[in-house]
Amino acid sequence: MTQDAEGRAAIRQAVSVSLATGLYGVSFGALAVAAGLTVPQAMALSLLMFSGGSQFAFIGVVGAGGLAGAAIATAGLLGVRNGLYGPQVAPLIDARGWRRPLAAQLTIDESTAVATAHKAPHAAQLGFWWTGVGVFALWNLFTLVGAVAGDRMGDPARYGLDAAAAAAFLGLVWPRITGPGSRLAQTVAAGAVVVALALTPLVPAGIPVLLAAVVAIVAGLVARQREPVA
Amino acid sequence: MSTVATWIALVVASAVVFALKLAGHLVPKHWLAEPRVARTAALVTVALLSALVAVQTATRGNELVLDARLPALVVAAIALALRAPFIVVVLLAAVTAAVLRALGMP
Repeated sequence: MTQDAEGRAAIRQAVSVSLATGLYGVSFGALAVAAGLTVPQAMALSLLMFSGGSQFAFIGVVGAGGLAGAAIATAGLLGVRNGLYGPQVAPLIDARGWRRPLAAQLTIDESTAVATAHKAPHAAQLGFWWTGVGVFALWNLFTLVGAVAGDRMGDPARYGLDAAAAAAFLGLVWPRITGPGSRLAQTVAAGAVVVALALTPLVPAGIPVLLAAVVAIVAGLVARQREPVA
Repeated sequence: MSTVATWIALVVASAVVFALKLAGHLVPKHWLAEPRVARTAALVTVALLSALVAVQTATRGNELVLDARLPALVVAAIALALRAPFIVVVLLAAVTAAVLRALGMP
């Protein structure tokens, strides 16, 4: 491919990823309001936190009646992944000055995936910025749509929104526990479920989820296998 | 949490998540090159999300409960296995729970 053809391919990919990802901002907005957040709070999460997993976790802990500390810790732990993307993305896009914090805020699953999918530096940069900005714009727009719609619906359980929240987490973890080489991840997932449910009657809301992370830390440190974990 | 406490938690949590993203752009690459670090982080993500699935499906406050959310989650899992898009999976779960509750299930 010529440089321009690969650049155009990166932009096309960025646009389709942005549309698909942005659209499920609707479910985030609706679930945030169902969890007891206000519409401005749902919006603030998408603008400031801008990381799907951390945002869903934050409203999950708040909705379960968890303490502020548990909500912050759970969202933060789920954000560690974005920190690990930085060293992959930074050399590709070579952002300096004010662009650096901007690039950092836009460093999420999707922008990293599109940037690292292209070998040509020019295409990797186009892929990163188009995906980052595209997802940011649409994710925030659709969060507002979902939050306003959710706000008008009334009792969230009547519309099955509590079940939708569980399904959203299942959808987020699904690619990580299926496919080749995911046996360790499956074991960790099963262990986390057992720990979270067993501790629910014993400790304050929000804490069982945090303690489930211990399963992963132990598994990550002691497991000998070399298989990649997505 | 009160609205004010939620705002404070929201801003602090967002600052933590941003700091992690920025740190990734600033630290020398070899610091995170240890495969065990990346693997453990990936597993932490799996554990937290799985625990959230469990808590959102089968608990209310400090109690374990079985209600319309569990069959809805089964429907979601089937949809995921059939490679349905995320938004469809979430909608199917909501519709399942809503219909079961309309039929009288808790």
